[in-house]
Amino acid sequence: MYQPVLLANIEKDNSHTLAVYEAAGGYRTLRRVLKEMSPAEVAAAVQSSNLRGRGGAGFPTGLKWSFLPKDHPGPIYLCVNADESEPGTFCNRVLMELDPHQVLEGTILSGYATRASTAYIYLRYEYPLSLRRLQQAIDECYRAGLLGKHVLGSGYSLDVYIHRGAAAYVCGEETGLIESLEGKRAWPRIKPPFPAVEGLFRKPTVVNNVETLACVTHILDRGVDWFRSMGTPPDPNDPRDPGSFGPKLYCLSGHVSRPGCYEGPLGLTCREVIDEFGGGVWKGRKAKAVVPGGLSTGLLTAGELDTRLDFTGPVQAGCLGLGTAGVIVLDETYSMIDFLHNSCRFFAHESCGQCTPCREGTRWALEMVERIKAGRGRIRDLELLLEIADTIGIIPGTTICGLADGAAWPIKNAIRKFRDEFEDYIRRTNPAGYGVTEPVPALAGSSLANVH
Amino acid sequence: MNPTAGRTLTDETREAIRAYFPRYPTRQAALLPALHVVNERLGYVPPETVVEIAELLELAPAEVQDTLSFYGFFAQDRPQGRETVWFCQSCSCAARGSEGLLVYLCEKLGIRPGQTTPDRRVTVRAAECLGACDSAPAMLVDDVLHKDLTGEKIDRFVESLNPEP
Repeated sequence: MYQPVLLANIEKDNSHTLAVYEAAGGYRTLRRVLKEMSPAEVAAAVQSSNLRGRGGAGFPTGLKWSFLPKDHPGPIYLCVNADESEPGTFCNRVLMELDPHQVLEGTILSGYATRASTAYIYLRYEYPLSLRRLQQAIDECYRAGLLGKHVLGSGYSLDVYIHRGAAAYVCGEETGLIESLEGKRAWPRIKPPFPAVEGLFRKPTVVNNVETLACVTHILDRGVDWFRSMGTPPDPNDPRDPGSFGPKLYCLSGHVSRPGCYEGPLGLTCREVIDEFGGGVWKGRKAKAVVPGGLSTGLLTAGELDTRLDFTGPVQAGCLGLGTAGVIVLDETYSMIDFLHNSCRFFAHESCGQCTPCREGTRWALEMVERIKAGRGRIRDLELLLEIADTIGIIPGTTICGLADGAAWPIKNAIRKFRDEFEDYIRRTNPAGYGVTEPVPALAGSSLANVH
Repeated sequence: MNPTAGRTLTDETREAIRAYFPRYPTRQAALLPALHVVNERLGYVPPETVVEIAELLELAPAEVQDTLSFYGFFAQDRPQGRETVWFCQSCSCAARGSEGLLVYLCEKLGIRPGQTTPDRRVTVRAAECLGACDSAPAMLVDDVLHKDLTGEKIDRFVESLNPEP
């Protein structure tokens, strides 16, 4: 029986307070580490744990930290990515609302390991309770000597500030986040230089997700072996695979009996998450499609539900990746045309406009899906949608950040995995015109005018 | 000459903005906090305040306007309602019927998404994922999350808006 670690405290009364956190052993790890371990030793432990970022990309955290220049005079910045905006994802909110000190302990430890002097928590605007709880927790930490000059009497000093976003998805991209923090439009930067070399205010910077930082404390508390005892080990045939170790928060929503944030080891199957955590598909229905890791990761079919939710499973099933492990269940009655329309609307709205393939491609795709939905689709549209989806993003190499890849995967998966439904819909709703191949004028009264 | 003549931002607002300066090595980094400070107090960020924020932050007004307009979050033409409803329309909420509920709410209020009621009581805005997918469909009314929405809950919410004392 799996014992929750990240969610161990959340059901206690006043779980968000310092007193309750400390009573459960909170800040014990920080006290010990500051006395017994050097920053380099902390970083080495995290690197050998193979902890991978929980925010979506799965980049190895210790490796990211290792790119920081050695002996830099500072300042070095730590940005806590709390801009959780991926549709279907809410586990960071759960941590920040119900156990903010767990987030802060991981932040302080990670700041110590990276020798950061200031940490900015970039918090999305839509989380007002997280804002209150985190600010209370930060205030408690300053009063208790856990933040500020000489943390717990050690030689390490750290200030933590919350920086509120303004409802822009692209701020979750780490260099978009940095630009936004600097007071600019959140246009992701061309890499290199990577933030570890030149990031916030042109200083070395690490950007880590809330859940990633929460894992750091547990690695240092329970040990690297504990962390590596759960999850999926590296593929022995792939020397570059760091594996998928450690605990993971699974967000479960959509057409499921018990939606919620659940914890298990990495690598549970999608079916296990839906059936064992979520009590199965709602209303006794069957699943038609499941988003495995937040909207941008695409779709699994009902036949692909034994896919392991680790960093390789969804890729092998043709999805973008594990993403955030935000599982959205869509039942057999739900229209894939409605799903795709919703997805295309989201990404067209959130494209920052910097790269032409993304700015134009996401809107063009939306316009076509709107036309299909309105009963004026043509079979040929499906090829055009796939052509757009296959050519926008960092994977085909046409954009600066991965937002367009996230826009593309739902299109690719919806059309390639549910092609019959799209063709049937187009033939049924546009019997006179489904085979037309010459250009068709755009829809009058398109909601595109309201995208911004 | 009264040095505060023609100013829209009060001394209190200016102090609230200046309080952010020590947090950052640049003044520009205090721009999003400054926009939130003004937006919370006025219900919008009118163009004249853009100039005043720029002065405080030692920026060109165009730099403030550039950032402000990127986010699409800050209204500039008129104050928003005393309460703002952020109605989630993302995948999980849509799968549980948010689209119809948003239309229902707007019809009851006699406005369209993005608009403010004529009495300025409430503004309804379609939101991207509120991160409340476990209680979909959801809407955020200022600081309060309304979960597992139904037509009845929308009815009760609209009733709670009236009458205003």
